[in-house]
Amino acid sequence: MNGVIIKYSQNNINTDLIIPARYLNKSDPEHLAKHCLEDLDSKFHKKKKAINANILVAGSNFGSGSSREQAPLSLKAAGIKCIIAPSFARIFFRNSINIGLLIIEFEDIAKFSNGDNIEIKLKRSMIKNYSTGNKFKIKRIPSFLTEIISAGGLVNFARKKILEN
Amino acid sequence: MGLTITEKILREHTQDKKGVAGEFILADIDKCLANDITAPIAIKIFEEIIKGTEKTLFNSESIILTPDHFTPNKDVESAEQCKILKTFAHKYNISNYFETGRVGIEHCLIPEKGLVAPGDLFIGADSHTCTYGALGAFATGVGSTDLGVAIATGKCWFKIPETIKFIYSGKLNKWVSGKDLILYTIGQIGVDGATYKAMEFTGEIIQNLSMANRFTMCNMAIEAGAKNGIIVPDKTTESYLHKSGIKNYKMYESDFDAEYEDIIEFDCNSIEPQVAYPHLPENTKPISEVYNEKIHIDQIIIGSCTNGRLEDLRIAASILKNHNINSNLRCIIIPCTQDIYLKALRKGYIEVFLKSGAIVSTPTCGPCLGGHMGILAAKEKALSTTNRNFLGRMGHIESEIYLSNPAIAAASAISGYITSPAYI
Repeated sequence: MNGVIIKYSQNNINTDLIIPARYLNKSDPEHLAKHCLEDLDSKFHKKKKAINANILVAGSNFGSGSSREQAPLSLKAAGIKCIIAPSFARIFFRNSINIGLLIIEFEDIAKFSNGDNIEIKLKRSMIKNYSTGNKFKIKRIPSFLTEIISAGGLVNFARKKILEN
Repeated sequence: MGLTITEKILREHTQDKKGVAGEFILADIDKCLANDITAPIAIKIFEEIIKGTEKTLFNSESIILTPDHFTPNKDVESAEQCKILKTFAHKYNISNYFETGRVGIEHCLIPEKGLVAPGDLFIGADSHTCTYGALGAFATGVGSTDLGVAIATGKCWFKIPETIKFIYSGKLNKWVSGKDLILYTIGQIGVDGATYKAMEFTGEIIQNLSMANRFTMCNMAIEAGAKNGIIVPDKTTESYLHKSGIKNYKMYESDFDAEYEDIIEFDCNSIEPQVAYPHLPENTKPISEVYNEKIHIDQIIIGSCTNGRLEDLRIAASILKNHNINSNLRCIIIPCTQDIYLKALRKGYIEVFLKSGAIVSTPTCGPCLGGHMGILAAKEKALSTTNRNFLGRMGHIESEIYLSNPAIAAASAISGYITSPAYI
């Protein structure tokens, strides 16, 4: 996939910052998207739109805290297709895999800046940054997980298994 | 090479009874839990999965629904979400649906009702599901999609975690509780110090710790990023199970030659009551340092799945008795369950709280996540016995949350600034 980066370098961007609990009284994606990252940066949507970004780059332990799936759902509904961070909190990690939101563990986020145009080649475990001309190797995603991702998420994966049985 | 208790429970729940740390497994689930925030999405997912098939719930007895976060319904939207749970419970004859009046904060209610036992594999669409590791179960938080799939298929995918063993030795100082041990631990290893790992709590201190304190410690394993917290069950566990009427269970223990990713030992002789400063649970300081800063507080919360049990209320009442809540602050006390509320009433704790000028709320997660029942204004500071002090979590984004045990919270409610009962 190809995309443009929006970057927030701080570590521990937790689920309360991604989607504050005060908005969890409704669960429709449009409502969640509207308030996504609001407490981290009230100008998130404006900035994202200005550079047409669809890939979020963030600091370590991204998505810590609550198990609320509304966190990855709000990012997905806001048009984020992939998140790159040095590490992810585990429930956020599995929630993203389950809803088919691509997440990539990559240590050196200094290699990316706001507005960078990149290409992610999952099969070759590689990212190419067209804005800087650099190429990076990324960790291989375990095949157990790529099976879920390539099914389009856990629901399709489970449906397939159920129908097979 | 031997196995840890976590590895043993997980592999026992697979078809081929195999697997060690680092391997992916598809496991059979004993119990699943969801609340008013996470169940509506899980139910939608479930319906999507079974659409066009003859399938239904894999087992209606294994599903627990606890509308406890924004209840009693705080607004129309919350009421609509709770209605989804109620309708679903009726449609599928789910007996473990707890309506307001019978519901309590899920992680206190579920062990109290005997719905989790040693050796169980328990998943909950709530991050603090790791609480039940205190009983020697493998319990972990998952998302709504995991839960929707689990209630349809009875299965969930996991990577078997490596375990970090924590050994607590020495003697506990006065006013030091399980809350202080876990805050101290997170202060040492950081909020991502155990990401993806199991935290196994051991040592003579743990052996002598009450069940309430064990629940508190396992509850906050997630605050270090852990997949689960776990304590090998013993006589204390069995006596608790006996009282809750749980008879069928399997007690596992870690082998003497089990492989641990790390072993960390703490000498408790030097551990004081801890306070976590805004905005992360790892920002801990001992109370003797905190006291010198005279941090004035606007709101005290005593409650939550971390510290709203009878033992917590007993400690708070013993400190608040014959004292008044400082006139500059409000003190909100939340018993975790209806049963705890009733017991606190009979023991006279509720009267102590009301006479001191505190308010006592019906069981709810409410203020812990900034839902309702105690929201902070800009620049306000709260001292809370809850588990997270993230930016803006309890209200305005410019408010601040400090975390402590119930004794520190009660003493501070009297003085108006963060202090210890030892200094009053």
